[in-house]
Amino acid sequence: MAEKILLVDDEKDFVDTLAERMRTRGMNVTTSTSAKDVLENIDVESFDAIVLDLQMPDMDGIEALRLIRAKNPNLQVILLTGHATVEKGVEAMKLGALDLLEKPTDIETLTEKIKKASAKKMMLVQEETAGKIKDIIGGKGW
Amino acid sequence: MFLLNVFKPAFLHSRETDSGPFTGLFNFKKLWRSRIIILLCVALGPLISLAIFTFVVTKHDAEREIHLRTIRLASNTKRTISFFFEERKAALDFILRSNSFEQINDHRQLANILQSLQETIGGFTDLGIIDATGKQIQYVGPYDLQDVNYSSEKWFEEVAVRNHYISDVYLGFREVPHIIIAVKHMFPNGFSYVLRATLETQRFNRILSNINLSGSEDAFLVNKEGIIQTPSRSHENIMAKITLPVPEYSEHTEVMEVTGSHLKKIVIGYAHIPDTSFIFMLTEKKEALMRPWRTTQSIIIFFIILSILSTLIVVYLVATHLVNQIFLADLERVQTLHEVEQSSKLASIGRLAAGVAHEINNPLAIINEKAGLVKDIFSFKEEYKHDAKILGLIESILASVDRCGKITKRLLGFARNLDATIQQVDISAVIEDVLGFLVKEAEYRSILINLDIEENLPQFETDRGKLQQILLNLVNNAFAAMQDNGRLDIRIRRVEHDFIAISVKDDGSGIPEADLKRIFEPFFSTKTKNGGTGLGLFITYGLIQELNGTLQVVSTFGKGSEFTITLPLTRISKQR
Repeated sequence: MAEKILLVDDEKDFVDTLAERMRTRGMNVTTSTSAKDVLENIDVESFDAIVLDLQMPDMDGIEALRLIRAKNPNLQVILLTGHATVEKGVEAMKLGALDLLEKPTDIETLTEKIKKASAKKMMLVQEETAGKIKDIIGGKGW
Repeated sequence: MFLLNVFKPAFLHSRETDSGPFTGLFNFKKLWRSRIIILLCVALGPLISLAIFTFVVTKHDAEREIHLRTIRLASNTKRTISFFFEERKAALDFILRSNSFEQINDHRQLANILQSLQETIGGFTDLGIIDATGKQIQYVGPYDLQDVNYSSEKWFEEVAVRNHYISDVYLGFREVPHIIIAVKHMFPNGFSYVLRATLETQRFNRILSNINLSGSEDAFLVNKEGIIQTPSRSHENIMAKITLPVPEYSEHTEVMEVTGSHLKKIVIGYAHIPDTSFIFMLTEKKEALMRPWRTTQSIIIFFIILSILSTLIVVYLVATHLVNQIFLADLERVQTLHEVEQSSKLASIGRLAAGVAHEINNPLAIINEKAGLVKDIFSFKEEYKHDAKILGLIESILASVDRCGKITKRLLGFARNLDATIQQVDISAVIEDVLGFLVKEAEYRSILINLDIEENLPQFETDRGKLQQILLNLVNNAFAAMQDNGRLDIRIRRVEHDFIAISVKDDGSGIPEADLKRIFEPFFSTKTKNGGTGLGLFITYGLIQELNGTLQVVSTFGKGSEFTITLPLTRISKQR
């Protein structure tokens, strides 16, 4: 099953290349160079994971993360940063990011994290579905 | 040694080193000199001027005092001598008035009178009556002077004019000094005669010798020509000319100073005896008169010299101490400025490095991905899959990107303001941990590690990870600097109660003095060819700063280096 990924970074070159590499690894990648686009995108589509750059000109990665999580708490976000600090990392984790990776990243590591994110998402969705089923079962009372 | 430091203070050896913002503010030698001069002026100025003033004033007073004393003595003596002559003159006058010419012209009567005079007033040798022609018509006395004619004598002319006369002392026929007193008696009818008496000088001399003379003082009479009339201490013979100048006539008693033999000053008090040609002279060497004053002065001068000397010493010590304190404070200031400069320089370099690293990370990420993509493409396409050369090239690009990435991460690590994970740390345990990493290498290279840890060191709060990193870096550096069979000394001491000093000392190659200033700068490395990044000490420095510590280096090129970290035992919360 192909993971559906949204890749966000203000460097178009970086986004495109990384997207292509991920596609060759069998992932379904959508790219975006603006955090604002992302917020619109996630309304329309569902993603297994979002790979988000922490520093972007129009919106701070942390801010974007907060908005994303507010819209859809099930979305798994992996942060990328050129300048990782523990504070930022802790803050990101508190906001529910799955992980924080330092640029330049190893593609294999990233793939691994994405797989994890996808699995987690799946689990969450399954739990949700199970909950719904329970609700339905309990609710209907047949 | 302490005394030597007090008298030869350190700042005298200080050189005007390099110019720049961190040199001393003052020229200490100049400062010291001016301090000493100012203090000396303030301290000695009044003292010396007071001394000079006292000297001048008291000298003037002393001189006036001796002049007054001389005048008083001379004046008294003058009065006595004057009275002596007045008395005798009055006696003769009385005789003339109380006896008629006939009575007095009687030889027996005149002899009676002479005897009466000798028994009452005394000092009379003979008496004579001389008529207007100058002939001695009557004479009583031991000599045969009857009918001697005095008309051509000078004194006779004088007595004719002035009615009385007192002669100088002269030696008569018997070589005995004597004085003549003559009084003229004039009758209303114009007839006149003169009563002449000879006085012996012994009585007269007695008056002078009764004066209390001290030291080399001398009192005597001279006549107007300066011929000595009475015996004196300083002049052997009477009737000799005095060596001193004859004073001018003056109605009052006067005092004068003359320069006598051997250029010695002589104070002379003199008085003219009225109605005679006598001048009374009182002489004394000035030196002798001034002796009491001189004694007092020499005591005062001795004390002044003593106080000047002690002032000199005190001023020297105070000024030296003062300037030395300023010097030491200035030295400390310069050193602090150097440290501040160093740390602010490193901080700004750190910020710059972090900024650069951050900016480089993004393009680096792109290179990484592009190269990765190329690799991917090549790996997936059959036609390139076995082209080992191209794959090798790409691997090499990726490896280089990886290396760059490591550098930027380490650089960023310096500027990172991590929330430290503070815990109680036992320093010896940390050292053991660190050495654990390096023991194998030490064994392999036969490096002797000598641990010297002070006992009972307290545990202290710090970031264990950072401390380990710092020590690991320092020991690693030391290993890199050392040859095989080297010796590494690690000493841990508690200093100033609240600090702990960790020193890592190697006997390796040392650091050239020119490099010493730059070793904490990033990318400064002498091992670039052997894979050094030049970031080790830079990061270590940053870590130590984060632990509120300081790092000092002492290094001798060719002999080894010693890095000393000083860390506070109590954590100072870092101000943000």
